[in-house]
Amino acid sequence: MKLEAASAARLPERAGTDALTRDDRALLLRYMLLMRLSEERGLTLYKQGKVPGSFYDGRGQEAISVGAAFTLGPRDRMCILHRDLGAHFVRGVTPDRYLANYMGREDGVTGGKDGNMHFGDRELGCVGMVSMLPDMAQVAAGMALSFKMRSEPRVAMTFFGEGSTANGQWHEAMNFAGVHRLPVVFVLENNRFAYSTPTDLEFAVDPVQRAKSYGFPGVSVDGNDVEAVFELARVATERAREGDGPTLIECHTMRMHGHGAHDDMSYVPDEVLEEWSQRDPIELYERRLGDEHGFEATEIDEIRGSVAAYIDECAERAVASPMPDPGVASDGVFAESWQALGDGEAPWSRWSAPADQGEANGNGSRPTNGHRGAVLEHGRAA
Amino acid sequence: MSEMTYLQAISDGLREEMRRDEAVFCLGEDIGAFGGAFKVTDGFIEEFGADRVLDTPLAENMIVGASIGAAIEGMKPVAEMQFADFIACGFDQLVNVAGKLHYRQGVSVPMVVRLPSGGGFSGGPFHSQNPEAWFMQSPGLKVVAPATAEDAKGLLVSAIRDPNPVCYLEHKGLYRHVKGEVPEGDHAVPLGDARVAREGGELSVIAYGSSVPLALQAADELDEDIEVIDLRTLNPLDEDAILASVEKTGKVLIAHEATRSCGVGAEVASLVSERAFESLDAPIRRLTAPDVPIPFSPPLEQAVLPQLDDMKEACRELIAY
Repeated sequence: MKLEAASAARLPERAGTDALTRDDRALLLRYMLLMRLSEERGLTLYKQGKVPGSFYDGRGQEAISVGAAFTLGPRDRMCILHRDLGAHFVRGVTPDRYLANYMGREDGVTGGKDGNMHFGDRELGCVGMVSMLPDMAQVAAGMALSFKMRSEPRVAMTFFGEGSTANGQWHEAMNFAGVHRLPVVFVLENNRFAYSTPTDLEFAVDPVQRAKSYGFPGVSVDGNDVEAVFELARVATERAREGDGPTLIECHTMRMHGHGAHDDMSYVPDEVLEEWSQRDPIELYERRLGDEHGFEATEIDEIRGSVAAYIDECAERAVASPMPDPGVASDGVFAESWQALGDGEAPWSRWSAPADQGEANGNGSRPTNGHRGAVLEHGRAA
Repeated sequence: MSEMTYLQAISDGLREEMRRDEAVFCLGEDIGAFGGAFKVTDGFIEEFGADRVLDTPLAENMIVGASIGAAIEGMKPVAEMQFADFIACGFDQLVNVAGKLHYRQGVSVPMVVRLPSGGGFSGGPFHSQNPEAWFMQSPGLKVVAPATAEDAKGLLVSAIRDPNPVCYLEHKGLYRHVKGEVPEGDHAVPLGDARVAREGGELSVIAYGSSVPLALQAADELDEDIEVIDLRTLNPLDEDAILASVEKTGKVLIAHEATRSCGVGAEVASLVSERAFESLDAPIRRLTAPDVPIPFSPPLEQAVLPQLDDMKEACRELIAY
């Protein structure tokens, strides 16, 4: 697919890709289910009073973070936002650490220093978000700048909602990325509402159309089609890696829950939710795996079952995790020394190619199969 | 050693670090071909190239945000705010992203934001501010404010080597008026160490930045036994040096050009009253700008910024107390 040829206004009916193996497709489903079921479990813990503050999920948006993150190689970097739990899982965070983070526990990704989705595992090449949006777009651009300065074939990817595109920092990041043709992929999740504010009060022109004015392609895609998101992200990361600059990918979707668990979404017309419930990204993909890729119903049930069992285990571990020692509250304000980010897991089969091929791909510094972690190993064992 | 101005010393420190470490690069508005609004990076683009002396769009949050991203990935960005005042436009990235990343996630952000600060030249309300207290209210940021040419170089070098975001306040009034012997080559002054700029036994003037030369001149002209402490680093504050001086003299004048309320002076005064109360022989006094914007017209600006006579009068009053 050539990005230049894609119309910003048109939603592809569906995208096909020959870049995915059968195992890859099973993984895409698995990661989406991990996100869905982990968030369902998190919401339960919230309702049980185990989660301080509120609870935020990305129900209905699972295809976006999973499909986009799945394209990345180990040494690529991400700034992941609050509807994008799937990206954390793709990079190697496990659900126990996610749930523990929500509960403010010691074994959460931030050890209780920050809550909800405000985390990123530096060991896995991720920098966690801040609440101010879209600040991380600037940070991702900065990471991409360093890749470009050192002529490294690496990519930075970040997410933001359509609400963020109204903020001046969005313009600053897009403009800078365009000026220097930075190797960065911007994934815009247009989920129809900025908290309660509908898109027609957010902007007069669909933000994907602004990409052209920054000098790089902007393309829209059905954000509930995981392979369509993957395919566009694949092209965008390749463009970036080859020095052709940034891409803005707008994923059309719908936030199927409130902004947070405290939000009853009374401002969303019922028919809108009804319409989008027919387009659930996980159900759509399960059907496609059966219809087009020869997955048996039992196979899909097995994936669902193993994910559910894994999340049970993870939730147990998270609930068993202690609260942090209050003594650590004043630790770590300053760094004693600089430490590099670690590399993320890269479960897409492309990155498990023989090492020499990995080198030829320009991103391989790690040996084969080093990119598949606990989440996947569990899947294999199950 | 060679004699250079405060401005030349900043350039020298930056150039030395860029020669020593390829990860160090500068970014900011008009720092390339133009050499910066104050010429700190004059000639840099010829030596280091446009990639490492990067002219940016006029977008301060981007300058800080891109610096953060590059720093996380192992570069050592030195971002220039054209005027310290403009950090207001980049404040979000600085306080919410840079300052909190290590605490929240263990991600270190080795970057420097150079902040040409201070008034005295009819810069008006948006080219004269001393915003250091903004940063001190924001955990995770180190803050330095050199007063001499030697420290201008040495503190910049240490700031660049530090694994944290450092706000480096360079007072514009000192750029060409302060000269001194500066070590050639590698010269680092550790962050967090104050300096006794003048020894004395009767009164401690605790100052930084432009107030240091003002205090030294006042002490010399008064010919009194005044000690002048140059804080050099505002966060972390050298509490031991402050307390040691107060315990020796028993009288304290804290002097800075920045506005008064919740400023560095307030913090130092609290420290002294909490930890050295029994050493005090007089009320703690502050000499600062009042809580007003810095006005444009020379007589108005002079009325606001602490002057030599103000410093002398404050010293005299405390010595006589």
